[in-house]
Amino acid sequence: MLGKLTLSAIPLDVPILVGTFTGVVIVALAVLGAITYFGKWGYLWREWLTSVDHKRLGIMYIVLALVMLFRGFADAVMMRSQLALAYNGNPGYLPPHHYDQVFSAHGTIMIFFMAMAFMTGLLNVIVPLQIGARDVAFPFLNSLSFWMTTISAVLINVSLFIGEFAQCGWLVYPPLSEQQFSPGVGVDYYIWAVQLAGVGTLLTGVNFFVTIVKMRAPGMDWMKLPVFTWTALVTVVLIMAVFPVLTVTLGELALDRYLGMHFFTNDGGGSVQLYLSLIWTWGHPEVYILILPAFGVFSEITQTFSRKPLFGYRVMVYATLAIGVLSFIVWVHHFFTMGAGPNVNAFFGVATMIIAVPTGVKIFNWLFTMYKGRIQLNGMMYWVIGFMVVFSIGGMTGVMMAMPAADFVLHNSLFLIAHFHNVIIGGVYFGYVAGLNFWWPKVLGFKMNESWGKRAFWCWFIGFFVAFVPLYIAGFEGMTRRMNHYDNADWHVQMLIASGGAASLLWVLSASCCRSMSRSVIAILQRTVTSRVIRGMHVRWNGRCHRPRRLTTSPFYRTFMESIRSIPKSRSVVVAMKARR
Amino acid sequence: MINRFLPKLRRLLPLTPALFLSGCTLDLLDPRGPVGIQNRNIILIELAVMLSIVIPVIIMTLYFAWKYRETNTSAEYLPNWDHSTKIEFFVWGIPAVVIIILGTIALWTSYTLDPYRPLHSAEAAGRKPLNVEVVALDWKWLFIYPDQGIATVNQLAVPVNTPINFRITSDAVMTSFFIPRLGSQVYAMAGMQTQLHLLASAPGDYLGEAAHYTGRGFSDMKFRTLAMSDDDFNQWVDKVKGASDSLDSADYPQVAAPQEAAPVKYFAHVQPNLFDSIVAKYNNGMVIDKSTGQVMHMQSAMSDMQMKE
Repeated sequence: MLGKLTLSAIPLDVPILVGTFTGVVIVALAVLGAITYFGKWGYLWREWLTSVDHKRLGIMYIVLALVMLFRGFADAVMMRSQLALAYNGNPGYLPPHHYDQVFSAHGTIMIFFMAMAFMTGLLNVIVPLQIGARDVAFPFLNSLSFWMTTISAVLINVSLFIGEFAQCGWLVYPPLSEQQFSPGVGVDYYIWAVQLAGVGTLLTGVNFFVTIVKMRAPGMDWMKLPVFTWTALVTVVLIMAVFPVLTVTLGELALDRYLGMHFFTNDGGGSVQLYLSLIWTWGHPEVYILILPAFGVFSEITQTFSRKPLFGYRVMVYATLAIGVLSFIVWVHHFFTMGAGPNVNAFFGVATMIIAVPTGVKIFNWLFTMYKGRIQLNGMMYWVIGFMVVFSIGGMTGVMMAMPAADFVLHNSLFLIAHFHNVIIGGVYFGYVAGLNFWWPKVLGFKMNESWGKRAFWCWFIGFFVAFVPLYIAGFEGMTRRMNHYDNADWHVQMLIASGGAASLLWVLSASCCRSMSRSVIAILQRTVTSRVIRGMHVRWNGRCHRPRRLTTSPFYRTFMESIRSIPKSRSVVVAMKARR
Repeated sequence: MINRFLPKLRRLLPLTPALFLSGCTLDLLDPRGPVGIQNRNIILIELAVMLSIVIPVIIMTLYFAWKYRETNTSAEYLPNWDHSTKIEFFVWGIPAVVIIILGTIALWTSYTLDPYRPLHSAEAAGRKPLNVEVVALDWKWLFIYPDQGIATVNQLAVPVNTPINFRITSDAVMTSFFIPRLGSQVYAMAGMQTQLHLLASAPGDYLGEAAHYTGRGFSDMKFRTLAMSDDDFNQWVDKVKGASDSLDSADYPQVAAPQEAAPVKYFAHVQPNLFDSIVAKYNNGMVIDKSTGQVMHMQSAMSDMQMKE
């Protein structure tokens, strides 16, 4: 039943893992003990774990994302410190077998279980409210999606203590991920975890597509849709289009591994290029799936705190649609160096550059939303302004690599790593955190701490540059990604600086999280006091509604937690849905 | 087209390292061959064009945020202004112009810098190209010099100012063959033969690496590229020919066996068509002769090698 797993799969000989395992067990016991002590098992089971309420699922998605952020971040800190040490004969403290699992897990976790979960959480929290729907179209399916994602996340973390994780990078390129070169259980963990999470995401996509198309409040025409919901709509269309490709690709890899087939093997007519084409047919739209809702968040925040309607709403919508369409015709830029020939490379290079046009339009439109406004420079606007600075640089390096002739030397280098962290941290992460700040009062009934929010921003902003500018430079010095040790003195300088950046990011991550968590606990204890002062989000933020376009949020005077509390059982959501029909 | 910008860029060049950290060698910005120089020039042109739009955007962002801050009540406030056709025109126009410029360069250089294109540079005029066959193994590089009849592991010697025609394959996982200071990289894949054309214009000892992750031994999958004068190169060939080992399909499985941090090895003699046999192994014994475009059958060599494995 356990297949390849035996008792020896438990890595008792790796002190880091034994220590981590002990820590996890202690924390888990403490949490379970606390739940038992306070007698909350029934509450937890009835009100949360079996809930089909979009608001609760949204909160649980975001909690999952934050937990996975810690896990992925721990991986990042391990990689940075390994590379700061492993210089000139020093093997560092992570042997390749362990290090290779760490970077593979870092990418997989950050994309599938941090970014995707965070994005789905925000969609769950806000989209039904923005369009005036009682819940999503298929509440049970929504719960199923969440639990599929959670189980996958658990599966990946189990691989830490039982067996091993994949050592092939976050996209498990064959033939390295084939049975011949990776006979262990690592790739199997990857396939099962990502398959489950991928199907879960696909179901979310269908769910939200139906919700947005069919359940908008009467009178809400397409051009009255809040801009976050527009970006959510394009995102879920992309999800529906490309996640089946991911499922099929990994299914074929599984057939290769389990039934000895030859889709992607070296021999028997298998084709590596087939895998790369398929995985990036999913993978490139995937990055737009992540960034578009973040763009939506920035639009909402900029107009609210500039006290002006969004500049060029229609243009924003068209630009979003254009990005959505163009994202399908650029995937080959991930392997210009495969020798496909100049015709193919030229087409995909130019197509990639064209995406920069609608993206640039968006940046300018945020700029002119701020122009002649009354900008309230709070923590959320800091994230927006920081995003526009960081993302412009990330966009620049992206366009640089879109040129095939430049990509021939930048491909697979640390320049590439710096580029995509530049856009994923500066775009996706800044956006989601800003969104969490923005909608936090709507969810929990109180604002997040402003000064800690700004401190968190400064640490992320400065930490980002300290951690990733050295990687840009190391890329120019010819250092490739995924290296475990090296003997080049120039690279060592950059690695030392970068680990300093990682440390500053780490500090803020732990400090701000502890801080906002303790703030939450206190506030929840005082909720009877705070909840009285809650009114609608836009009233509370003292912002402007987007006039007729934003009529949606105005009827929601209560926060989530209040509306949740007013419903005796979570099942009543379904009852309410039925009654509404 | 690129060459017209060259003199101007050369003048700017000393400034670029100063932007980063002085004292480091930025391999990609200080190349030693015509391919690398073109790669670098394209990167610098792109950087200049993009910065001309990115820097104003960053400045405008910070300036607008500061000027229209809440406390500055003297700034103009237009609470209902959300459209201006004139601004929209520029908002679409400026990125479009930038992309038209860069797109044209991308289109042009995709052809001029195609790694499959033989080099025709001034330095190399009238010189016969050197053929090198590259096989990526777990976790080392095998270089076969078919014209000299020799082979090496993890050391590539080339004469300067001579075009080098690489044919690249893999007998293990996929990876990428990359010498940062000479320029472009190309993937190495089992059963495939990719091509790359490079030239070293100055003598030196350059890093060569597997640019794509290959598993456990990836970090040590590196080789030295020794660019040397013709005389030195001939001496080097003689030195390799004086080695005691030779490489044929009987020895090959031992050489190809997975090995981390493999030391440099010389083979005085190499079996002809070894490279084709390695490619053919994954294609039912067939390989395409790239010079004639015809399919060759490598049946006997392949069955030899498969029996030994």
